[in-house]
Amino acid sequence: MISAILSYEFLQNAFLSGLIIGFIAPLLGLFIVVRRLALIADALSHVALAGIAGSLYLSQQVLFFTGLNPVYFGIASAVGGSLLIEKLRGMYRHYEELAIPVILSAGIGFGAIFISLSKGFGSDLVGYLFGSVSAVSRQDLVIVIVIAIIVIAYIRFLYKELFVLSFDPDYAKVSGVNSKYIQMVFMVITALVIGASMRIVGILLVSSLMTIPVAAAMQQAKSFKGAMIYSIIFGEAAVIVGLIIAYYLDIAPGGTIVVTSIGILLFVLTWKKIQGKRNARIVEEGIV
Amino acid sequence: MTNHIIQLDDVSFSYDHSIVLDHIHLEVGEGEFWALIGPNGSGKSTLINIILGLLKPSSGSVELFGSDINSFKHRERIGYVSQKSNSFNSGFPATVLEVVRSGLTRKSGLFRSFSKKDEQKALKSLGIVGMESFARQNIGELSGGQQQRVFIARALVGEPDLLIMDEPTVGIDQQNVASFYSMLNELNRDHGIAIVLVTHEIDLVTDLATHVACLNRSIHFHGIQSDYKKMDDEDISNWYGHPVRRVHQFETEVDQ
Ligand SMILES: Nc1ncnc2c1ncn2[C@@H]1O[C@H](COP(=O)(O)OP(=O)(O)OP(=O)(O)O)[C@@H](O)[C@H]1O
Ligand SMILES: [Mg+2]
Repeated sequence: MISAILSYEFLQNAFLSGLIIGFIAPLLGLFIVVRRLALIADALSHVALAGIAGSLYLSQQVLFFTGLNPVYFGIASAVGGSLLIEKLRGMYRHYEELAIPVILSAGIGFGAIFISLSKGFGSDLVGYLFGSVSAVSRQDLVIVIVIAIIVIAYIRFLYKELFVLSFDPDYAKVSGVNSKYIQMVFMVITALVIGASMRIVGILLVSSLMTIPVAAAMQQAKSFKGAMIYSIIFGEAAVIVGLIIAYYLDIAPGGTIVVTSIGILLFVLTWKKIQGKRNARIVEEGIV
Repeated sequence: MTNHIIQLDDVSFSYDHSIVLDHIHLEVGEGEFWALIGPNGSGKSTLINIILGLLKPSSGSVELFGSDINSFKHRERIGYVSQKSNSFNSGFPATVLEVVRSGLTRKSGLFRSFSKKDEQKALKSLGIVGMESFARQNIGELSGGQQQRVFIARALVGEPDLLIMDEPTVGIDQQNVASFYSMLNELNRDHGIAIVLVTHEIDLVTDLATHVACLNRSIHFHGIQSDYKKMDDEDISNWYGHPVRRVHQFETEVDQ
């Protein structure tokens, strides 16, 4: 495996991208989960699907689009979708969650139209849906690196603000945090992370990489910093194990990564239960 | 002109069609300790939310520290405990220390990280409410009253010039309520911090407060504490809409 990575460029691309998104997806995912926005990630990834499908269709029709990386389209449409969700959330104040199914359906709807127009599923599209070990190009890797830098800078420099905003939005407003602006950028950042991750885990499974490692981390951590560290560790473990399995079995990495992360979650839940029982027994025996 | 910390001028507010606040005038000066009292649903929390800028008044103007609320920049000067502080998501992974430190978000400055000093300030603030030994615990694992004390610590950590608290002592046991009020007294008297306190514990608090405002859609009384004490229980009952009997602690002590 190691020697294969050293000798094949496509494997280097896949593994480096994997390691990077294993870091940024759960990192941002933590903020998404504690703010109960997990469905937004789902909606945005389906908007990215529409963008990808649209670009694949156009590349069949118009020469200009043939040379253009569909990832750009996916990212652009996800960013557009994120701004639209914000707008809709503002309009339906009391039904904020209504914006999400609307955008999600729109994404699937346009996606379905473009897929049908292009006469069905090409192998390209399957790669975008479930991820791919072999299809990650140098250019894709560069996109992932640029996005990672943006995301990490955003969280590094607005950590305090993001924390208050997540824990207590009213208090954030009272204490003068510019919630509206930070929230807007947050949505765009989410769209970017989805764009970065879709090459490896696939559009349909992006949101799982943002939420499942976080779900496991929240079982373990007492502090927010701790939850962040655990999320990243679990995310990286899932990506590394998932990619290796996918490489040897020659299957889509999206599936193996997500199933691995679910395995981690189950392990953590079981571990916690066993520990809980043990503690209870210690207490009982202490009383007796 | 004295410097007003809060100035409400002809403020009205309605949710949809029902008028909740009707032409409110209120001025809170430096070093004053106001008790804002009134029955359930009388608009106290609504008024607080307007003062904080969480709600916009239908008409009238709000000034904080002499500048209009819409252009008011120094929000770190305000400490706030809301009526439903502990309605947060109880599975939230955060320690008590992280929550209290978040009260320094604005003060530490944009794009900056918290420093070691911020952490010490948070610990000191936790000390004030007697919770420093819980600093590393998860906030969701505390009892309701303990959480409330943590939120009070968060309001105090930035050393505000104005403390606004909406029923902060709900769920806190008697002994801690007493020490909380004596702490408020100290902050107000010795440090000159202005306080607006919404409460139903009228007997306890009117002895501490320098001023009292009775709200029930409109302000029925506002003035200094001694004038409030001279009022008849009957008048107050009329504003409340149900009988209220105040027990004056000093009098009862003399009686005994
Ligand atoms: N979000 C809302 N939408 C519509 N009406 C509301 C809303 N919040 C409060 N009200 C109404 O406004 C009035 C004032 O409510 P408010 O919460 O300010 O009362 P309060 O004095 O703080 O009461 P309490 O002592 O119970 O805390 C009530 O009649 C209430 O029904
Ligand atoms: Mg209230």
